[in-house]
Amino acid sequence: MSGSEMTLAELAPGKTATVLALDGGHGFVGRMVALGFTPGSTVSMVRNPGAGPVIVGVLDTQIALGRGEAQRVRVRA
Amino acid sequence: MPTSQVASTSLAAGAVSSATRSITIALTGQPNVGKSTVFNMLTGLNQHVGNWPGKTVERREGTLEHHGRLVHIVDLPGAYCLTAASPEETITRDYVIRERPDVVMAVINAASLERNLYLVAELLALPVPLVLGLNMMDVAKQEGLDVEPAVLEAAIGIPVIPMVAARGEGVHELLDAALKVAQEGPAREPNRPEIRPDHRQVLAHLQELIAPFVPAPYPQDWVALKLLEGDAEITALMREHLPPEVWEQVHDVLHEHEDAIIAVASGRYDWIRRMTRAAVKRPRAGRITRTQRIDSVVTHPFLGLLLLAAVLAGIFGLTYALGGPMQRWVDEHVVHALASWLSVALAGGPAWLSGLVIDGILGGVGTMLTFLPILAIFFASMAFLEDVGYMARAAYVMDRFMHAIGLHGKSFMPLFLGFGCNVPAIMGSRIIESPRARLITILLAPLVPCAARLAVLTTLAQVFFPEHAAIVTWLLTGLPLVVLALLGVVTNKLLLGGEPTAFIMEMPLYHQPHWGTIGIAVWQRILSFLRKAGTVILSVSMIVWLLTVLPTGEIETSYMGRIGLWLEPVGRLMGLGWKPLVAILTSFVAKENALATLGVLYNVGESAGALGQALQAELSPASGLAFLVAEMLFIPCVSTLAVIKQETGSWKWVGVNVAMLTAISLVGGIAAYHLASMVL
Repeated sequence: MSGSEMTLAELAPGKTATVLALDGGHGFVGRMVALGFTPGSTVSMVRNPGAGPVIVGVLDTQIALGRGEAQRVRVRA
Repeated sequence: MPTSQVASTSLAAGAVSSATRSITIALTGQPNVGKSTVFNMLTGLNQHVGNWPGKTVERREGTLEHHGRLVHIVDLPGAYCLTAASPEETITRDYVIRERPDVVMAVINAASLERNLYLVAELLALPVPLVLGLNMMDVAKQEGLDVEPAVLEAAIGIPVIPMVAARGEGVHELLDAALKVAQEGPAREPNRPEIRPDHRQVLAHLQELIAPFVPAPYPQDWVALKLLEGDAEITALMREHLPPEVWEQVHDVLHEHEDAIIAVASGRYDWIRRMTRAAVKRPRAGRITRTQRIDSVVTHPFLGLLLLAAVLAGIFGLTYALGGPMQRWVDEHVVHALASWLSVALAGGPAWLSGLVIDGILGGVGTMLTFLPILAIFFASMAFLEDVGYMARAAYVMDRFMHAIGLHGKSFMPLFLGFGCNVPAIMGSRIIESPRARLITILLAPLVPCAARLAVLTTLAQVFFPEHAAIVTWLLTGLPLVVLALLGVVTNKLLLGGEPTAFIMEMPLYHQPHWGTIGIAVWQRILSFLRKAGTVILSVSMIVWLLTVLPTGEIETSYMGRIGLWLEPVGRLMGLGWKPLVAILTSFVAKENALATLGVLYNVGESAGALGQALQAELSPASGLAFLVAEMLFIPCVSTLAVIKQETGSWKWVGVNVAMLTAISLVGGIAAYHLASMVL
């Protein structure tokens, strides 16, 4: 499956993507994988108002992420 | 308690002691799974709230009797996983490893089963038997998920009990299952997650290297896994226990596999997929769930803000409609009644005694009592909004704005409640998981002008600026908030080096409030406020009262008066004499005391009109403005400082807060005086 690579912060609302990698220290990566953001997992953008935090659906749950955190998740849409 | 070895030494002794020995159950679960409800149902009011040693995390324990046997339940703090990234996670794993409860009861949310099983995957690596409470079966159904507990139980190999804890369903079945496992041991070896195949060899190698050196009571395989995950605490532990040459080897392995955490986590999710494959039927894709429907309004960038404004208006409306009358009722029927009863009872005794009891003790403690109804309303509102799932949404819509001043979205709600009273603002900051974001919120909360400060402001704005009272009131209400925003930016830069606190927050599914859980939360908050803050408030009000009467009985010639005179050079910088300074100082017991003290010092009693004339005669408008600025920015009342101590766990932060606000209030007062002298 090919598609364009981007950060999660750039994913438009209603679109789904596959997580490729997480950029950050063990603290950040540990928290994110515990919530379901493992490489290969499917995520869907619920709210992305273009500024401020986003809401992402992953594993039947919705997670709010700060824009900075969303920019550290690389995805393929 | 680790009495299980004793009980199993001999069959006869085991039979006797197993009938009498108590059983310890550790209750755990991710946040938003209804764990508190389960705990409250099991223990009722038979619970004890304290803090975990050395931590500011709440520790709740309870006991119950089941078929004549004493059962201890320890409620471990909510945690998403068992890395040592947060105090909650550290506490949970340390407790299970070191204290070895007889059984761990994990509550999981059926509506977000896969993510919830991540914690279970971690718990299965620990050497304690596990039972699962599959809670919120009703919510899962509403969200269109069909979960089969029996299939899940067969897959994992540990008891899985379906529950709707909010309606009491399944709670006792869960207890029975836990007690059965505690007494008889697990029925079979559970199906445990394994690391992703490509890392199995390195894990085995690592375990071989460290095996002889792993200190008790840590399990070797668990330590090896945590090392691979890059767990800072376990890495430090092993660095201490490994001979340098072995550490060298271990370090090389870890360095080479720096991203092994992904392999570990992926292994857990592979396991989760295997466990849930047959147990969960999902709705067809694209189905809009109830939570999504509600969120289309609640988290909307514009509508969400409107709704939040309405919610806040509702809370303050409730406070005004219910809290105000209750506050007056307590003041009249409890505090005043108590005062007049005491003055009769103490009439025969020395005058200092009735002064001490009525003016000193009742003066401070009475104010605290009259604030209890408002505290109860605020605590109840917070608990309600948290319980139904709204709090996370409020944090989400406000995060953009709070982020701009270096704060966290979750800081908004507690800070806003500060307009009523700073005490619930500080106690409410417990909802902020990040310790640093929480600390900053606590330290800045006193800059939100509380109802008592606003009462002083509106009264005195009338006195000093009869023609511009409204605008002065608005400006001076805004001033501390501007200072708060500036300080937020500065402390964030200083404390965090400009690195904003990570905002990663679950948006829980909406569900109906569980009134029992809310009631117990309010009750415990009030109780802990009275118990912990009560003694501090009591002693400080007594000391301040003594300072105002000793040695002469008159405040003008008292120690407090002398302190005022001694501080007069400082006051002169703000154009203030010693009397207004003393008024600011006595407002330390309760903010509204500033008015009463001015009344006494200017010999005008309680009449605002007479006080106005006296103040206008002595203070120029510039001095009046300086007084109000200093009062608005000065240190909070003793109740607030007492809860800062309670919530941060140290007097150090109380000291930091006092020093910071004293300096700000001084600088603010001086600046206001000089600027106003030029303009007015």
